[in-house]
This record gives sequence, structure tokens and C-alpha cells, in this order.
Amino acid sequence: MIGVIDYGMGNLFSVSKALERLNIEYKIGDRPDQLHGCDGYILPGVGAFPDAMKALAEHQFIGFIHQKVEEGVPLYGICLGMQLLFESSEEGGWTDGLGIFPGTIRRFSGIDENGRAYKVPHMGWNQMNIRRPEKELLTDVENEYVYFVHSYAAVTEDEDILYATADYHSDVPAIVGRDHVVASQFHPEKSGRAGMQLLENFCRMMCRQ
Amino acid sequence: MLSKRIIPCLDVKEGRVVKGIQFVDIRDAGDPVELAKVYDEQGADELVFLDISASHEGKKTMIDVVRSVASELAIPFTVGGGIRTLEDIKETLRNGADKVSLNSSAVQRPELITEGADYFGSQCIVVAIDARYDEPSDNWVVYTHGGRTPTEWSLTDWAQEAVKRGAGEILLTSMNKDGEKTGFDLPMLEAVQSVVSVPVIASGGAGSSEHFYDVFTKVDADAALAASIFHYKETSVGNVKRYLKDKGVPIR
Repeated sequence: MIGVIDYGMGNLFSVSKALERLNIEYKIGDRPDQLHGCDGYILPGVGAFPDAMKALAEHQFIGFIHQKVEEGVPLYGICLGMQLLFESSEEGGWTDGLGIFPGTIRRFSGIDENGRAYKVPHMGWNQMNIRRPEKELLTDVENEYVYFVHSYAAVTEDEDILYATADYHSDVPAIVGRDHVVASQFHPEKSGRAGMQLLENFCRMMCRQ
Repeated sequence: MLSKRIIPCLDVKEGRVVKGIQFVDIRDAGDPVELAKVYDEQGADELVFLDISASHEGKKTMIDVVRSVASELAIPFTVGGGIRTLEDIKETLRNGADKVSLNSSAVQRPELITEGADYFGSQCIVVAIDARYDEPSDNWVVYTHGGRTPTEWSLTDWAQEAVKRGAGEILLTSMNKDGEKTGFDLPMLEAVQSVVSVPVIASGGAGSSEHFYDVFTKVDADAALAASIFHYKETSVGNVKRYLKDKGVPIR
């Protein structure tokens, strides 16, 4: 059973339907007491970082997420849900995140290394460069195209957590992970075959635990 | 590298796909969810649904279409047509659409763009612009209400205003080219590309694979949208993408 963390800022409909297509049991809860005892969790997210942290706190999910991560329960962060797992974000003034991964969330500068302007948001299908093919999450996932929509990206010095990157005027973290905590900047439920495979692999990780 | 997107557009009226030529002469082209699945299988990068229902029942049917598409497909899609309030935006996105497209309502009340962008983020807000070349002023004029009503806005002014207010993407339809199948309106696209910093989707005029090649290489559009050539199977999304890939255009 997957617990989908509902703090009012996710596209829960699409995630739910993707899980249904994969025949994975899930429940959605907007309070920790509704979600205790699941085998794994999905932290979705669309919107602004400061609002999301505020909403997580209001729904009492901050302590809950830390507790589950410490207990070793698998967690998958999607899009903004991935960004929240880092230490802080500069979106709307610096805001602390959950601090599970080292690094910060920064806005794309919009100017490349040659001083030329490029478009922000990073929007559309971009190809992944898989760096950690041995990871269970990446079973049967190749250097495929996945769908990105974001104006802020993770910046980290910890190369070990970079499972896959995508090239958009810099190496953009696409999939990150450490042990049982994984996340993708893109929406797996909107990223065709590769995205569905990632969700399936996450469930396999979860069932094994 | 980001790939260029090919986007089939489905005009939906009372729950059925239709397609007009220069905004009139509407013919029936099928079930939206079935067509959406076919396009997904052909490799469509994204889909756009424009609801042109006249009735309240038609609008309600559209929400069912949105839910069905979101249930069955794992690619992003945009819904437009008749979205007038923040509540409409919320309802559409909560039922599974990834983006909404605002047209007449945004011209009438530009604050709607800001409200939507503040609530859900710019990435969800597409501003669709229908424009026609006006010879006396040597400029493009923005039209609303399915191309029936000219506005005071010039195309480049309105595009900049929309982006300033939070539009994450511009869907630009050339009324001169719509349904003509003689190629996209490159000068019009160039004019918009040079003043905005968000992705631009080219629309109106697709008739062959070469036309897509031109719009991606001559004016560097981010995405190109077409309806009739796909609905009536004159070509397929797969054929267009293979053609572009062979010519070195970045394609998924």
C-alpha cells in the first residue's frame, strides 16, 4: 500500500490514475494519522516552495516524513516534492526544506555560459543521462525522454545522489536518490513509458522492504 | 537537449471532436478519448483540447473528457475554451489537466492570468492568441471569441503583457493560415519569439512535414500544433517525427 501525501498542492488525480493503471494499491491522506502503516509514500507537489513547506507544516507532515525516512520506509518525491527534500530554496526568499538531500534549489539563470539568453521554465521532453544504472529504481529505464516543467532546479555537490541528469544549459538533476529515498524533477505519471517504469520500480523497491 | 514538441489539437464540441476551416465549416472527427489514445501511440508529445461547446451541458461533458484523458494517458495535456474564472481553472486542473489555455477571457480580464499563475504557477497557464495580419497598419491584430471579435491589442503588445502577467507559454494561432495547409505563419511567429522569453507553440497552417521542419529551424518555435492533417490521416504524428529526426531536428 502506497500512501499519497496530500497537503493541498499536488496533482493527485494523475498520480492516482497512474497507480491504478499499474494495479498498485494506494490511499490518499491529508493528515499523518490517515497514512500510518503504508509500505511507501509519494510526496507530490505543484506550486511554490514556501507555500508547500507551509502547507506541509499545517498538515503536520514534516515530523511524519522525517520519522518515516528514519524508519527506512521508501519515499518518492515528485517535481516540487523532490525539491522539498533538499536543504533550502531561494524561491520567494530563502526557505528551509526538509533537508534529507544535501543541496539547494535555485532558479535557472536564463543566461548560458556564453552570455546568451535561454528560456525559463525548462518545459518539454528532455533526454535523461543515466549515471547510476545499477540502481534498482532505474531497472529497464534507458536514456529516455521525460517531461519537465520547472523554473527552479536542484544544485548539489553530492554527485552520489545524482541517479540521472538532463542537459538544459547545465546538468539538471532529473532523478536523485539515496538508499530508500528517491525523487524525480519530472512527473513520472506524465512521462510516458519511462515514467511508468519508474513508478513500477519504486513499488518493487517498496514491496521488497 | 530539449526536444521539439508535436501537439495534435482536438476541438471538442458537446463531447465530440470537430474541426473547422478558418473557424467555420465544422465537420465531425471522432471521440476525443479514442483520438487522444491514437495520438499517444503515434508519439504525440502533448495534446491540446479546446472546448467549443455552446451549452452548459457541453461544458460539463468536457470535464468528463478531461478526467478520462487523464485516467488513460501518461502525457501532458492542455485544456482551453470557456475558462473564465479562477474557479474554472481550478476545476480543470483538479480533474487532471496539466495546463489551461486562456484566450478571450484573458483579454477581457488580464488579471485572470495573474490569478491562475499565482495559484498554480506559470507553468500551468498558457495564453492562446488568435491574430490576423492587418495590412493598413502593417501589424497583427489580436482577435477574441473564436476569431470573430477584433481587439485593440497588437499581437506583440498583448504577448508581452500576457507574459508579464504570468503566462508560462504562448499558443499562437495565425488566422490567416488556419486550415489553409500552406505552412505556419513564420513572420508572425518571429515577431512574437523576439519579444517574449517563454515557449511559443506555433499553430495554424500545418499541411506537411516540411512545414514543421520550417517552423522549428527557421523561427525556432518550441512546439507546433496541428489538427486536421492528423484527424483526417493525411499524415501521422509518427511520420512527421521520423521526417524531422532524419533531418536532425531534436525529437523524442
